Amino acid sequence: MEYITPLAPAYAEIFLLCMICVILLLDLFLADARRGITYGLTLLTLLGCFVITGFSDPGTEQYTFSGMFVGDLMANVLKLGIYIVVSIVLVYSQSYIRARDMFRGEFFALSLFAMLGMMVMVSANHLLTLYLGLELLSLSLYAMIALQRDSAVATEAAMKYFVLGAIASGMLLYGMSMLYGATGTLELTRMAEVIDSGTSNSAILVFALVFIVAGLGFKLGAVPFHMWVPDVYHGAPTAVTLLIGSAPKLAAFAFIMRILVSGLGADYLVEQWQWMLIIMAVLSLAIGNVVAIAQTNLKRMLAYSTISHMGFLLLGILSGNPEGYASAMFYVAVYVLMNLGTFGMILLLSRAGFEADNLDDFKGLNQRSPWYAAVMLMLMFSMAGAPPMVGFYAKLSVLSAVIDAGYLWLAVVAVLFSLIGAFYYLRIIKLMYFDNPVDRSPITPRTGMSWVLSLNGIAMLILGILPGGLMTLCENSIARSLMLQQ
Amino acid sequence: METTGSMILSLVIWVPIVAGLAVLAIGDRNVRIARWVALIGALAGLAVALPLWPQFDRAASGFQFIELVPWIAGEIFTVNYHLGIDGMSLLLILLNCITTVLVIVAGWEVIQQRVAQYLAAFLILSGLMNGVFCALDALLFYVFFEATLIPMFVIIGVWGGPNRVYAAVKFFLYTLMGSLLSLVALIYLFNVSNGSFSLLDFYELPLSLEAQNLIFIAFLVAFAVKVPMWPVHTWLPDAHVEAPTGGSVVLAAIMLKLGGYGFLRLSLPIVPDASEYFAGFVIALSLIAVVYIGLVALVQSDMKKLIAYSSISHMGFVTLGIFIFTPQGIEGGILQMISHGFISGALFLCVGVMYDRVHSRQIADYGGVVNKMPVFAALFMLFAMANSGLPGTSGFVGEWLVILAATKVNFWYAALAATTLIFGAAYTLWMYKRVMFGAVANPHVEQLTDIGMREAFVLVVLALAVLGIGLYPAPLGEVLHASVNEILRLAAPGRKLLIGM
Repeated sequence: MEYITPLAPAYAEIFLLCMICVILLLDLFLADARRGITYGLTLLTLLGCFVITGFSDPGTEQYTFSGMFVGDLMANVLKLGIYIVVSIVLVYSQSYIRARDMFRGEFFALSLFAMLGMMVMVSANHLLTLYLGLELLSLSLYAMIALQRDSAVATEAAMKYFVLGAIASGMLLYGMSMLYGATGTLELTRMAEVIDSGTSNSAILVFALVFIVAGLGFKLGAVPFHMWVPDVYHGAPTAVTLLIGSAPKLAAFAFIMRILVSGLGADYLVEQWQWMLIIMAVLSLAIGNVVAIAQTNLKRMLAYSTISHMGFLLLGILSGNPEGYASAMFYVAVYVLMNLGTFGMILLLSRAGFEADNLDDFKGLNQRSPWYAAVMLMLMFSMAGAPPMVGFYAKLSVLSAVIDAGYLWLAVVAVLFSLIGAFYYLRIIKLMYFDNPVDRSPITPRTGMSWVLSLNGIAMLILGILPGGLMTLCENSIARSLMLQQ
Repeated sequence: METTGSMILSLVIWVPIVAGLAVLAIGDRNVRIARWVALIGALAGLAVALPLWPQFDRAASGFQFIELVPWIAGEIFTVNYHLGIDGMSLLLILLNCITTVLVIVAGWEVIQQRVAQYLAAFLILSGLMNGVFCALDALLFYVFFEATLIPMFVIIGVWGGPNRVYAAVKFFLYTLMGSLLSLVALIYLFNVSNGSFSLLDFYELPLSLEAQNLIFIAFLVAFAVKVPMWPVHTWLPDAHVEAPTGGSVVLAAIMLKLGGYGFLRLSLPIVPDASEYFAGFVIALSLIAVVYIGLVALVQSDMKKLIAYSSISHMGFVTLGIFIFTPQGIEGGILQMISHGFISGALFLCVGVMYDRVHSRQIADYGGVVNKMPVFAALFMLFAMANSGLPGTSGFVGEWLVILAATKVNFWYAALAATTLIFGAAYTLWMYKRVMFGAVANPHVEQLTDIGMREAFVLVVLALAVLGIGLYPAPLGEVLHASVNEILRLAAPGRKLLIGM
C-alpha cells in the first residue's frame, strides 16, 4: 500500500470547504434581492468540484491523511454523481424555496456542508472519517429540515430525524468501538488484514457487526429501522426531501461498501452480514411495497417506495461478489435519478402557498400538460421496473446477481413484491391520464427547471435503450476499487 | 443460417415507432395532419414488411434476415440486438402490420378525444409487437414483450368504457405477474449458459429435468396469462369490454398471439422435456377452455364479452395444437392464430360499428338490424360463419388441422375439441340471429344507417383475408413447413438431456 503525502485525493473537499466559507461570508453582505449571487456561486462551486474530481487520476487507489482518506475510481464516480445530483436538486428547488422564504444563504451553505459530508463518507478509509462524514451530513440535514422554523410538521420531522439519527449513530459508534477492541485498529484496510490473519476474537467481531448493520439500516431506512422515513419525507419541505432522498443514498452506498466489503469482507463475516441483509431486504421489500399502497400523500408514498428500493439495493450488496456490488451501485444511481425526477415533478406542480404533494394533485395532468405527464409516465414506469425504462435494467442486474449468488428464492420474492409495487406507480399514471383535472392552473416552470426535468425524464428512456455505458462505469469503478483487485 | 446485411427487420420495428413519435410531436393542435401522418406511418410499416414475403426462403429451416449488433456490452451483461424471423414470425408480423393500418382507418372519425395520443399509441404498440416477433435475444424479447403493456394500458385506460380503470390495472398486473416470473427463468438461463441471452444458445443448453420443469412453469405462467388460458383468463373479458374498439381489435388480433408465440419460440425449444412432461396438463387446460368457455360464451348478453369468451375458446385450439407435438398440430395452431387474428378483429370492428351508432353493446338492445344495414349484415354474417368454423373460411383451416392432429394422438382430445364446432356455431349464430334478424326492435335500430365507405373498406379487406385463407391456405402452409419442422426438431424429448451426457 502506497501512502502519498500530497493531499491529491482530497483536493475537491478542500476546495469545497474554502468555497463554503467564502459563500457564508459573502452572503452576509448581500441584500435579499441579490441572493441570486449566492445561488450562482454555489453552482459555480459545484462546477469547480466537478472539474477537480473529473481531472484527477483515478488509476490506482491513493491514500492520504495517514491512510484515513482514500481516492479511488468508485469514490470519484460517486462524487461526480453527487455533484450532479446536488446541482439538479438546487435547480429544482429554486422556485419552491423562493416562494417559501427559504431562499437564503443558509440553505446553500447547508447543502454544501451536507455534500462535503457525503464526499468524506465516500472517500473514508477509517472508521473515524466515516463517522465524521456521516455526522456532518446528518447535522446539516437536521438543520435544513427545520429551516422553516415556524412550520410544526417540519420541526417535528427534524426532531424525529435527529433523535432517531442520534440513536443510529450511537449504535454505529458502539459497533465501531467493539471493532477497535477486537482488531486494534480503526483503519479499514488494516482492519481487513488483521481479521484475515485470524488473531482477532470472532465472537466480538460478529457482535460488533450486529450493531454496525443496525446502524446502517437506520441510515438507509431499511425495515425494521425505517420508522423515521415516512415522517421525515412528509414533514420536510419538499426541496429538502428531494435532497435527503437523493445524493445521500449514493454516499450511503459507499459507506456500506467501505465498512462491510473493505473492512469486514472476510468470508465468515460475509456469511454473517449476508443473512442480516437478507432479512432486512425481504422486510423492506414487503413493508415498503405493501404499505405504500395505502398512502394518499405522494411524499409518504415515495417514502415507502424508497424503503422498498433500499431493499433492492441490499439484495445487490448481499450477493457478496463484485457483480453484485456493481449491480447495487447501478441500482442506486438509477434510483437517485428516478427519485430526483419524481420529487422534481412535485416541486413543478407546487407554487406559493400550495403543496402538490397529494396524489390527487396529479389528476388529469395529461390534459394540463401532455409533456410533463409523459415525463412522469416515464419516471413511474421506470420506478415500477417496466422495460424499456432504465429502472428495469437496474432490477434486472440486481436479480441476476442474486440468482448468480444462489438465492433463487430471493429473486422470486423480490419479483413478487415488485409486482405489488407496480400497483401504486400505476395509480399515479391512472390519475394523470384517466382522470379529469381538479386544479387547472397553468404550469409555468423556470426555463432551467423545465429543461433539466425534461432531460431527467428522457434519461429514463435513453438509459433504458442504451444502459450499457452506465453499467460498465459501475462495473469498472467497483472492479478497480475496494481492494478487490487482489 | 447466414448473416445478411439486411435492415428490413429493424425498419419493420422502428418505422411505426418513429411514426408514432412524430404523431405525438404533432399533437392535437392539428388533428387532420396527425391522422394522415399516422396513416402514412402505418402504411409505411406495412410497406417495409411486405418485401419479407417474396424474399423469405421457404426451404430454409433456420432464422432469416438476421441482424446482430452488440447492444449492452458490459461485464455483467452482454446482450445483443439480435433479430431474425422464421415462417411463424413472418405471418404474425404481416398480420400485425395489416391490423395496424385497419385500426387506424377504423378510428378515423370515431375517436375525437386526444386523437394524436390514440394514434401514436397504436403505432408504437405495432412496432413493439413486431419487435417481439423478431427478437432472437431473450432479453430483447422480454423488453419488447413487456413494453407492449405500456401503450395498451394507456389505450384501455384513456379511451375505454366506464369501468376502464379497473380493466386497465387488472390487465397490466395480470400480465406483469406472469412475465416477471419468466424474467427470473431467463436470468437463470443466462447464468447457466455462461453469460448469453441468445435464444439460439438457450436452444442448445443442456438442462436437467428438474430445472426444465421449473423454467417451464415460469414460462407457462407468463404465456398462459397472455394467451389467455383457463383459469387465468379473467382479465380478458374485462379488458375487451372496456377497451375502445381499436384496442379490442389489437388485443385480440395480435397481443393474445404473443402467448402462443412465446410457447413456440421459448417453451418448446428451450425446455423440450418439461414441455413433454406437462403436455397433458396444458392440453387439459386447453380443452377446458374450448368446452367450458364455449359454454360461458353462450350465455353472455354483452356482444363484446361474448366475442372475448369466444376468443379464449378459440385460443384453446392454439395451445392444444402446440402441445400435440406434431407438424399438423403446430401448423394448425399457428394458422388458427392468424385466422383468429382476422376474424376476432373483424367481429370487434363489427360490434364497434354498431356501438358507434347506438352506444350499446347489449344484445337485447338490438334486433332487426338487417333491415336497416343490409351491407353490414352481409359482412357480419361472413365473419360470424368464419367464427363458427365454416369450411371455406379461415376459421375452418386451423381448427380442422388441430382436430385431425388430435385424433391421431387421442380420440377424446379430438372429440372434446370438436364440440367447439357446435358451441361456436351456437353462440355466434344465436347472437347474430338476435341482433340482426327479426322485426326492427326499437327506435334506435330504426335510425341506423348502413356503413360508409371507410367502414366498408376495413371490413372488406378483412373479409377477403378470411376467405382467401379459407379457400387457399397453401401459401401459408408453405411458409410454415420448414419452421415448424425446425421447432419440432428442437422440441424432441431427450435432446437436451442427451447433450449433457
